[in-house]
Amino acid sequence: MAHATTEHSHAHEAHESHESLKVLGFWIFIVTDILIFGTLFACYAVLHTHTNGGPGAKELFEMPGVIAETFILLTSSFTSGLAMLALHKGKVKQLIAWLAVTAVLGAAFIGLELHEFVVLVEEGHKISSNAFLSAFYTLVGTHGLHVMIGLVWMIALMIQLSRRGITEVTTRKVTNLSLYWHFLDVIWIFVFTVVYLMGVM
Amino acid sequence: MWENIKEFASTFFVTGDPLIYGADVAIVLTSIAIVFVLTYFKKWTWLWREWITTVDHKKIGIMYLIASLLMLFRGGVDALLMRTQLALPNMKFLQADHYNAVFTTHGTIMILFMAMPLMFALFNLVVPLQLGARDVAYPFLNSLSFWLFLMGAMLFNLSFVIGGSPDAGWLSYPPLSELSHSPGVGQNFYIWGIQISGIGSLATGINFLVTILKMRAPGMKMMKMPLFSWSVLSSSIMIIFAFPILTVTLALLFLDRFLGAHFFTMDLGGNPMLYVNLIWMWGHPEVYIVVIPAFGIFSEVVATFSKKKIFGYKSMVFSMMLISIVSFFTWAHHFFTMGSSANVNVFFAISTMVIGIPTGVKVFNWLFTMFRGRITISQPMLWTLGFIPCFVVGGATGVMLAVAPADYQYHNSYFLIAHFHQVLIGGVVFGYLAGMYYWWPKVFGFKLDDRLGKWAFWMWNIGFYVCFMPQYALGFMGMTRRLYTYGSDTGWDLGWAPLNLVSTVGAFLMGIGFIFQVWQISYSIRKGERDLTGDPWGGRTLEWSIPSPAPMYNFAVEPHVTTDDAWWKVKEDRAKGIKPAPVKLEPIHMPKNSAIPFIMSVFWFIAGFGFVFDWMWMAIPGLVGVAGCMLARSFSYDTDYYIPVDEIERTEAALRGRTV
Repeated sequence: MAHATTEHSHAHEAHESHESLKVLGFWIFIVTDILIFGTLFACYAVLHTHTNGGPGAKELFEMPGVIAETFILLTSSFTSGLAMLALHKGKVKQLIAWLAVTAVLGAAFIGLELHEFVVLVEEGHKISSNAFLSAFYTLVGTHGLHVMIGLVWMIALMIQLSRRGITEVTTRKVTNLSLYWHFLDVIWIFVFTVVYLMGVM
Repeated sequence: MWENIKEFASTFFVTGDPLIYGADVAIVLTSIAIVFVLTYFKKWTWLWREWITTVDHKKIGIMYLIASLLMLFRGGVDALLMRTQLALPNMKFLQADHYNAVFTTHGTIMILFMAMPLMFALFNLVVPLQLGARDVAYPFLNSLSFWLFLMGAMLFNLSFVIGGSPDAGWLSYPPLSELSHSPGVGQNFYIWGIQISGIGSLATGINFLVTILKMRAPGMKMMKMPLFSWSVLSSSIMIIFAFPILTVTLALLFLDRFLGAHFFTMDLGGNPMLYVNLIWMWGHPEVYIVVIPAFGIFSEVVATFSKKKIFGYKSMVFSMMLISIVSFFTWAHHFFTMGSSANVNVFFAISTMVIGIPTGVKVFNWLFTMFRGRITISQPMLWTLGFIPCFVVGGATGVMLAVAPADYQYHNSYFLIAHFHQVLIGGVVFGYLAGMYYWWPKVFGFKLDDRLGKWAFWMWNIGFYVCFMPQYALGFMGMTRRLYTYGSDTGWDLGWAPLNLVSTVGAFLMGIGFIFQVWQISYSIRKGERDLTGDPWGGRTLEWSIPSPAPMYNFAVEPHVTTDDAWWKVKEDRAKGIKPAPVKLEPIHMPKNSAIPFIMSVFWFIAGFGFVFDWMWMAIPGLVGVAGCMLARSFSYDTDYYIPVDEIERTEAALRGRTV
């Protein structure tokens, strides 16, 4: 029996250090993702004037929709922060509820973005139209793809939380998701500034 | 119907060349042989349990090693094909387009599918052992990295017999690699083969960075860490900063080819120079990524076989970290002649020359370590000694290339070819082979035969100089790279032919060296000197403190480190009669095997193959499968277990012939 308890405490320790290790690894993953976006921003900066005579940012972008997207995503970052608070208080139902709100906001963001893309494409401004649009769709689309992956992940975590409650492992998972979600928010602020605000100015 | 099938088959399979039919037959026969042997000896479950699903870093390292040696063979055959074609004027051995495919795959395979996995093999085989760790930080991810690399490499290699090989050079410059200029599937194989294995490389970089930062044995401060681990740290940092750029670059080229985007096209606003900048922002650090671990290996080998502490440990660390930073500021020296302003060329010329300084510091440190040391010329030391003059000459010609105005003469000439083969073969290949010989007994429990190894070494080393020294001269004589043949007028009147012939002889000497190595390995498996001590060379670092081959948990008891050269200290203490403190075994926490990395990589392969042929019916299920595997992993909580104390005791007793 004594043996079993020591083994258990040992197990606990090993687990905890393992979970913090995974959070560190996730931070480094985010560094690599920042570099991916950095490279895409650089390409956009080089190519955003290469419209080949077609309409540029100023003519194409409709700001109201973009501002709505921005507010929705910023709010979702806030609600994911509330989810983290619930996590630390150990309230699993609250945690799942805030994650659900975050997911709905994320889905609304994706909906608006897809709508923007569909309208542009219907007007004939496609990824194959010119270098500016290639860079635009790729940069904004990569962010959107990240949000979509985040949504799938969030749903998977909500299921795991409802089954297993708050454990070391689920805590680490929610922590990483929250890091990821805030990171996407930061990237969006750059997209909003560099692509949209500087585009229409 | 029959006509449709015939037409499909004639585009799907590569036809029309006896070499390719030979390869087809070889692939089919080898596959049948493997299936037969596995079935006959009932080894399928063994293969699945012990290897395919393993998360043990040592086994993953062995798989990387096998794969990279196979790729060395393939890349080497490519080299011999090229050298045969160029041996004499007007050779009719390879067609022009076939020659293009051969030099493209030679470059890509040697850097990405030979050097990188050989490097990862050594990372995996050595780093946790040197650190006194039981595992890498993320064993599951480690297995995934390996299988992604292997599937990427297989996808790339498949292009030889299915669809057609890429032929736009090893870095696939647009507009040549754009759909308009390369309409076949070859470039798609290039993009997806590298993309899939590149994800694995990036994950390995993260894995080893965290391993080194967080998994070191208690007491091992950063500045007490063995130099090979330092070199891996430096290399991992570069991987983390360079590989995302490659990921994006390949993705954008794919969007150009697949969705008709205009990043790098000549029309509608695209800019091919953007690609060249991006690919070299990854590509230049990449050459330092592969060479820095070799520097780490030399540091270990020189210290061990000189029976001395490494000279200038701190300057070694500092120079490696400096190289990892400066390597990101040299990329534009690859296109000095493409019309940048003088100021830009000057910046990159100076930064390129500056990187020679820390490299020089390291060479002097190795020499000073050897100075007045008790040197044993064993296999690893032999390759290290061969490396030094080779790399010094390669470094010097590198500085010549870094002089921007002079580069207008050398650019795209055989001088450049000779230079980078000198640093890559002399630095990377010799280095990794030194590392392979050095750590071989630790991994497999026996040494590789010395006599055959010496033959291999001299064949490689002499072959190297015979092959590449003439190419420096050929560069000055105006022979450009990517040339598939030359006329008898230039060949004999300008004197290209004799030098090319000599160069070809050198390439075949290196090929003979490789055959000696294959012989050496197969001979030593049966008759090589068995290592029962776990410390056959009189090593200085922790990996030599455990039995060879290491048990799956590496260290029965976590070592406590007080100095650098931790194992040397223990041996000194023992000689003085200081007994180690008694230790108590505890259960060891280990990760469980998993099939998910393999299955996920197979889905990546399916997705990649679908994208190569524009078959969405195949690509989409592939990607869905990848996502499914990720979710399956997310939902699996039962991923680890404990090895009980009595099992550790039994294993240790069997390995050491005594109880701990």
